Amino acid sequence: MKACLRVCTAASCRSRGGASLQHSLSEAVARAGLEHGLRVKGVGCLGPCSDGPLLAMDADPKAQTQLYGSIPVADGAQLVASLMEAAAQHTLAHWCPAGGLRIDLNHPFFQLQRRLVLEHCGQIDPTSIEEALAAGAYRQLERVLQNNNPAAVIEQVRRSGLRGRGGAGYPTGLKWAAVAQMPGTEKVVVCNADEGDPGAFMDRTVLEGDPHTVLEGMAIAAHTVGASRGLIYVRAEYPLAIARLRTAIAAAQGHGWLGTAIAGSRCNFDVELRVGAGAYVCGEETALMQSIEGKRGMPRPRPPYPAERGVFGLPTLINNVETFANLPALLRLGLETYGRGTKVFSLTGHVRRSGVIEVPMGTSLRTVVETMGGGTPAGRSIKAVQTGGPSGGCVPAHQLDTPVDYESLQSLGTIMGSGGMVVMDDTTDMVDIARFFMAFSREESCGKCVPCRAGTVQLDNLLEQILDRRATPEDLEQLESLCRMVKDTSLCGLGQGAPRPVLSTLRHFRDDYLALVPVETRR
Amino acid sequence: MAESYPELEPVLQRHEHRADGLIEVLNRAQELYRHLTPPLLRHIARQLHLPFSRVQGTASFYHLFRFSPPARHRCLVCTGTACHVKGAASLLAALQREPLNTWGIELGSVRCIGTCSGAPLVVVDQQVWNQQSCASVLSGLRELRP
Amino acid sequence: MNLYSLRIDDHDVAIAADSTVLQAAQEASIAIPTLCFLEGLSAVAACRMCLVEVSGNDTLLPACITPVQEGMQVHTATPRLQDIRRTLIELLFTEGNHVCGICVANGHCELQNLAVEVGMDHSRLPYRFPDRHVDLSHPLFGMDHNRCVLCTRCVRVCDEVEGAHVWDVGWRGEHCRIIAGLEEPWGAVEACTHCGKCVEVCPTGALFHRGDTTDEKHSDPARLQALMQARQQQRWNP
Repeated sequence: MKACLRVCTAASCRSRGGASLQHSLSEAVARAGLEHGLRVKGVGCLGPCSDGPLLAMDADPKAQTQLYGSIPVADGAQLVASLMEAAAQHTLAHWCPAGGLRIDLNHPFFQLQRRLVLEHCGQIDPTSIEEALAAGAYRQLERVLQNNNPAAVIEQVRRSGLRGRGGAGYPTGLKWAAVAQMPGTEKVVVCNADEGDPGAFMDRTVLEGDPHTVLEGMAIAAHTVGASRGLIYVRAEYPLAIARLRTAIAAAQGHGWLGTAIAGSRCNFDVELRVGAGAYVCGEETALMQSIEGKRGMPRPRPPYPAERGVFGLPTLINNVETFANLPALLRLGLETYGRGTKVFSLTGHVRRSGVIEVPMGTSLRTVVETMGGGTPAGRSIKAVQTGGPSGGCVPAHQLDTPVDYESLQSLGTIMGSGGMVVMDDTTDMVDIARFFMAFSREESCGKCVPCRAGTVQLDNLLEQILDRRATPEDLEQLESLCRMVKDTSLCGLGQGAPRPVLSTLRHFRDDYLALVPVETRR
Repeated sequence: MAESYPELEPVLQRHEHRADGLIEVLNRAQELYRHLTPPLLRHIARQLHLPFSRVQGTASFYHLFRFSPPARHRCLVCTGTACHVKGAASLLAALQREPLNTWGIELGSVRCIGTCSGAPLVVVDQQVWNQQSCASVLSGLRELRP
Repeated sequence: MNLYSLRIDDHDVAIAADSTVLQAAQEASIAIPTLCFLEGLSAVAACRMCLVEVSGNDTLLPACITPVQEGMQVHTATPRLQDIRRTLIELLFTEGNHVCGICVANGHCELQNLAVEVGMDHSRLPYRFPDRHVDLSHPLFGMDHNRCVLCTRCVRVCDEVEGAHVWDVGWRGEHCRIIAGLEEPWGAVEACTHCGKCVEVCPTGALFHRGDTTDEKHSDPARLQALMQARQQQRWNP
C-alpha cells in the first residue's frame, strides 16, 4: 500500500492556506515522479480547526496515523523538499513537517469522540465518489431498496429515538411516518442546509467532507416515504459546500445512485440544489419552503404541517443535514450498536482547541469543553457555555456537568439547537451577549408578525439602555415581561426563541444585569 | 427602450420561466451584472410572469441582493458569536472610523461563515483573513490593488 | 354536515367541522379582537391580536386560522390575553407615527378602536418616531406610511380579489414597508386599476382618498364581503 498524505481543504484550513498547500504538494509529487509511493489528497475537516492548516500522514498500514497542525505554509518550498526527500528514501513514517506541530491523537479531543456522521469526513476525498463508494457509501441505500420494506425502515428510525438535529428536535420517525402515510406519489424530500446559527458549522463540515452520506440519507428517506423529488437548500455563505454538493450530485447521478431506477429498483429520486440569499429565518422550515418557491422567506403558521402541505403544496419531508447523515450509520449499525447516537458540535469561543467534534449523546458539557476542548486559554476561568444560537441560552459554569441531551439543556433554559457551542470566559459580560443575540434576531426578523418585528426592536433598545447604565429596576421588569410576551405570541421559532438568550442570562447571571443599574434608581 | 440580458437566458430556461426560480435567477443576475437595476428586475419579472412588486419584495427581503453597484473591494467583518466574543464589534467600529470608501473599499459585515477558529476574522474579496485586528486589516487593505 | 361542539368562554357552540375558532366565536357572539384578518381575504395570522388559550394546549393559538375540534375549550379574554393584546397595540403604536387628532381615519380607525377596547390610554414602551414618508403620486388615493401597521390587507385584496398585485411587502423586519411596483411612486405603477379596494380594506388612515381630511375616511369592510359573495355565489344584496 502506498502512503497517503491527507491535507485538510475544508473552509477553515482553506482560509489558512490548506488548499494551496495540497496543490503544491501534489504537484511536487507528480513532478518528482513519486506518485507510486505517495498520494496527496484533499480531504474534509480533520477536527481541531484552531490548529490548522492540518495534514495527516498514513505512511503504511502498520504505522499509526500522524496528524500535524500549524503547518507553516509560507515555507512551502522547504516543506515540499523535505516531503520529497522522505518519499524518495521511504522514510515517510518518520517525516515531520518542519515548523509544524505534532498533534497527539491520543488526546481526549480525539479519543472521546464517536464518529458516526463524520466517520469518513477527513478520510476520503469528498470530490471522489469512487472513494466514497469504497468506504461504503450507498450500501445502505442499496440494501433498503433490495428489502423494499419502507415500514420496517420507519420502525427502525422510530425505535432509534433519532430526533431532528437542526434545533427543534422533533422525532424523525414520526415525521417520516406522517409523510409516508400521505396519499399520492408526488412527494418531496427537502434537506435543510441553511445552517445559520452564528458559531455553528457542523453541517458545513459534513457537506464539505462527505456529501455522499447526506445524499444517501436523503435517498433512503425518499424511498421510505415515497418521494421522487429532492431539494437541498443551502446557504450562499458556504461556497465550498455548494461546490462539493454539485460535484457529488452529478457523480451520484452518473453512477446511478440518484435519478431513475436507482440500483435497478423502481425507485426514482432526483436531487436539485437551491442556494439561499442571506436570510437566517429561512432555516425555519416553513420559511425555507417559501424561499424554495421563490418567495420572501416568511414563515407561515402550522397546521398545515409540511407533511400534509409543503413545498409546491406537496407532502414534504424536511430534515436537516446531520439528521440525514445519521441514516446510513443507523441502518448499518442496527439499533443496539447505534444506541443513543451522537451529536456533532462546533466548539468555539474562549477555548484552547476549537473545531468540530462528534460525541455520544449524553456526554457532559464539562467533558466537551474542558477535557476535550482543553478549557479556556491562559489562566481564565469559564463563565458560561452558549448553546442553541440566537434561540438558545447560556449554561453557567457550575452546571457544566449537565449531560448534552435535549431534555437536560431545556431544563436549564437553553436548547440543544443545531450544535453550536461557544465557550465564554470570565471576562465576558453576559448582558452584552444577550444584546448581541437580540440585535441578531432584530435584524433577522422577517417582519411578518407584530411581536417579533416590533418586540425585538424594543427589547434590543431596552438592552442597549441597560448596557449604557441608563436603566432602572422597572426597566428590568419590563425587559422580562416583554421577553415572555414575545416568546408566547410570535408566529415562528425565530420570534419565540429570540427572548431565550435574555431570559437565560437573567436567570443565571442576574447580577450582571443588576450591576448595570445605577444605585440611585434602586429602591 | 427594453434592454436585453442574453446571459440570463440559460438560468431562465433551466427553471422553465417558472416563478419558483426567482431567487436562483436573481442570484445569477447579480453574479452577471453585479447589482440589480430596475430594468433588470423588470426583465426578470416579465420572463417569470410575475408582478413587479413581487420581484422587488422578494429581492429586498434577502441580505445578499444589492441595488447599487459594489465598490472595487469589499471588506466584510464577521459578526458571528465566536467573532463577537473575540472583539468583532470593536473591530467593526474601528474600521467604520476609517475612510475606507475613499480607497475604493466597501465595509460591511457578514453572518458567521463557520470558520470560527480564525475569530475574529474578516472576508476581503472572498478571501478569509483570520485573527485580525484593526491595524492588521488596515495594513492588508492598503496592499490591495487600488 | 358534520358539526363540532365546543365551549368558548361560558358559551356552548355547535358549528360546522371545517370552521375556525374565530368563526365559532362569532357564531356565539363573542368578540375576539382582530386586525390583519378580514373576511373575504386569506388569513395570515400575523397581527396576533386574535390569540386565544385552548385548554390542554401550552401555546396560544390564533383564532383566525385554528380549526375547531370536538370538545375544544377556548378562553378568549383571560387576564394574560388582555395584557398581551394591550402590549401588541402598544407595539403597533410605538412602531409607527399614529397621531389620531390629525388623521383622516380618526373615529373610524380599527387601530384606534382596538386601543380603546384593550384599555390602552398610554404606551408603557417608548415611541420610536420612525422616519416614514407619504406617497401622494396617485391621482385618486394617497398612502401615508406613518399610519401603516403592515397588516397586508391591501397586498392581499389587490392580489386575491382585484388580481393586479400592485402592492407587496418590501424589505424585512423593522424595515418592512408596503411597496408599489418596483418600489415606485404609486401613481407611476401602471398595473394599478384605480379600483380603490386597498383603500377600502385599510384598517387605519394609511391608505386614503385624496381630498379626505381629518375624520373623513369611512371604510366599510362589509363591501368586500358583499363583493366576494356576488362573485362566488352570484348573489347580490342591492
